Amino acid sequence: MLVILSYALTASLIMVALAILLCGARLLLGPTAQDRMLALDTLWVCAIILVLLVGIRVGNSLYFELALLIALLGFVSTMALAKFLMRGESIE
Amino acid sequence: MMQAEQLPLWLGIPVAILLLFGGLFTLIGALGLYRSPDFYQRIHGPAVVVTLGLGCVLIASMGLFSYWQSRLVVHELLITLFAFMSAPVSAMLMMRVAVYRRKK
Repeated sequence: MLVILSYALTASLIMVALAILLCGARLLLGPTAQDRMLALDTLWVCAIILVLLVGIRVGNSLYFELALLIALLGFVSTMALAKFLMRGESIE
Repeated sequence: MMQAEQLPLWLGIPVAILLLFGGLFTLIGALGLYRSPDFYQRIHGPAVVVTLGLGCVLIASMGLFSYWQSRLVVHELLITLFAFMSAPVSAMLMMRVAVYRRKK
């Protein structure tokens, strides 16, 4: 039983790491600014998933608060970036 | 991973399947983000990551921690609620930015 769960966790961690690499490639390649913003938003979500998987692997429930914090910061940063790209300033 | 030894089979197999599907859907969404040619097609990839990938991992961790701490752990519902509420808002903001910047 331990073996199945351990293998599933490792495979899932590897796939999320590959997803982060792909998002980073889009962040570097993206031709326009909104592509980069989209890649950054996806990167926040991938970071939440990675933190949750690490929390399961370690067996500590303290990682949920970290994931919640990352979710909050990601939403606020995406909103600020969208406002900046639309108006040219983020705080009026 | 030292607590996983006393995990029963009826919980371990669904959790393993959910973890695998979470990772797979995350990879599929990121691949869609990487390979699509246009911004309006690229924005479909992160929707898969937020809903299916994050949802599968959150359900799996909810089941595991509820068993390990022998009580109902619903911390993950906060993350689910927040992510599912904020994802459409941020997607709409990004679409508005894209439309506005193309028009200009």
